Amino acid sequence: MFRRRPEPGAATVAVVVEGRDVRVPDGASAAAAVLLAGLAAIRDTPVGGAPRAPYCLMGVCFDCLAEIDGIPNRQSCMVTVAPGMRIARQRGRRAVDAE
Amino acid sequence: MKLFDAIVVGGGLVGAAIGYGLGRAGMQTALVDEGDIAFRASRGNFGLVWVQSKGLGAPHYQRWTRRSADEWPLLAAELFDRTGVAVGHERPGGLHLCLGEAEFAERSARMERMRVESGNFGFKYRMLGHDEVAAMLPGIGPAVTGASFTPYDGHANSLALLHALHRGFVAGGGSYLPNRRVTDAAAATGNFRIGAGGEAIAAPVVVLAAGLGNAELAPVFGLSAPVVPQRGQILVTERAARVMAMPTTTVRQTLEGGIMIGDSQEDVGFDTGQRPDVMAAMARRAVLSFSWLAELQVVRAWAALRVMPPDGVPIYDQSERFPGAFTANCHSGVTLAGAHANVFAAMVAAGALDPMMAPFSARRFDVPAAA
Repeated sequence: MFRRRPEPGAATVAVVVEGRDVRVPDGASAAAAVLLAGLAAIRDTPVGGAPRAPYCLMGVCFDCLAEIDGIPNRQSCMVTVAPGMRIARQRGRRAVDAE
Repeated sequence: MKLFDAIVVGGGLVGAAIGYGLGRAGMQTALVDEGDIAFRASRGNFGLVWVQSKGLGAPHYQRWTRRSADEWPLLAAELFDRTGVAVGHERPGGLHLCLGEAEFAERSARMERMRVESGNFGFKYRMLGHDEVAAMLPGIGPAVTGASFTPYDGHANSLALLHALHRGFVAGGGSYLPNRRVTDAAAATGNFRIGAGGEAIAAPVVVLAAGLGNAELAPVFGLSAPVVPQRGQILVTERAARVMAMPTTTVRQTLEGGIMIGDSQEDVGFDTGQRPDVMAAMARRAVLSFSWLAELQVVRAWAALRVMPPDGVPIYDQSERFPGAFTANCHSGVTLAGAHANVFAAMVAAGALDPMMAPFSARRFDVPAAA
């Protein structure tokens, strides 16, 4: 159930957060990349439109939702970075292609 | 001992709706609520205000559920005026999707029988083919052969409803008594005593709306409420842009955007556990119904226990031995909230159930078997 966090190493993994190039340590979460990028928010809530940023960092609060590599509404704190990952702001509800 | 005009036992949707209605009728009412150790069916609801499948073989139930759906817009508007809580009620009509020809044929027969049983009261429905359904609900899967439609159906936010009823009850002068499991009860005509949470209260009127707890409480008051648990599981997806224009029996989109999937009826006793095989079967059928659902992530899931009478039809009763004691038992606390707040409560306030409620009595289970 418990897993040791990786020792923080050098920031070697290059990802893109809202168009900004960010380097983060191997094994870090996409939410960590959002925080390192210094963004004030990574999503807008679907009902009230309020801005939100990563908060609980353990998969509970859903405030770190982001569009990651084109997939909307991902909990960025639960996603490990990969080279070239693109993390974008989640604006309200995701789209659905019902056709 | 504190005295009230009426005591309602049970702070779920049924008890809160009746308590709200009694308070509005001018009765000083106590609402006795067990607490979070209770099974709390009202916090596990799917949120349909549903008419089309209710009351096959029981036309009085068909009329009652429709009456409640008709009362719903009035109740929702009144609750908003009195509490500021929007319960998100919509009534666009509803669909029951059929997968395969056999389901479509069975549904057609059921709906026609409902219409015949409705008599002069009437029952408007239509059986729709795949293309007609697709025009109403884009993105249905090829496995959908058709659907039944009635204009009576709708849905709401059941948690907001529970919240609004509680706020409205208290705002109307009611006494909400939380964390009080009933530990003793005594019945005498005109003087019902309830001991709960270390204190005793009394009233000349008592309404038992304790869900599954009614089975044990009712006999004390000369009543019978042979309800049993039936488990239902629900899956909820991430929030998505509005894609469903109306609810279906087992899949609906909330106002906030989440898709709810509720499609299980399990006889497993007092067990609120979840089962992966049941969840998988629900998800599979939902994706067969709506292809686009496969893309969405499930973010929450839970199980809850329906309060189920032996024949699935609600039980409403008044005690012959102790006039002033009533029971209300059903698995449709959301759908029937309109009738409970606006119709049933008025009968209790008037001192007796209307004769039209007689078929709902638990005495229907006492018919001796033919020799």
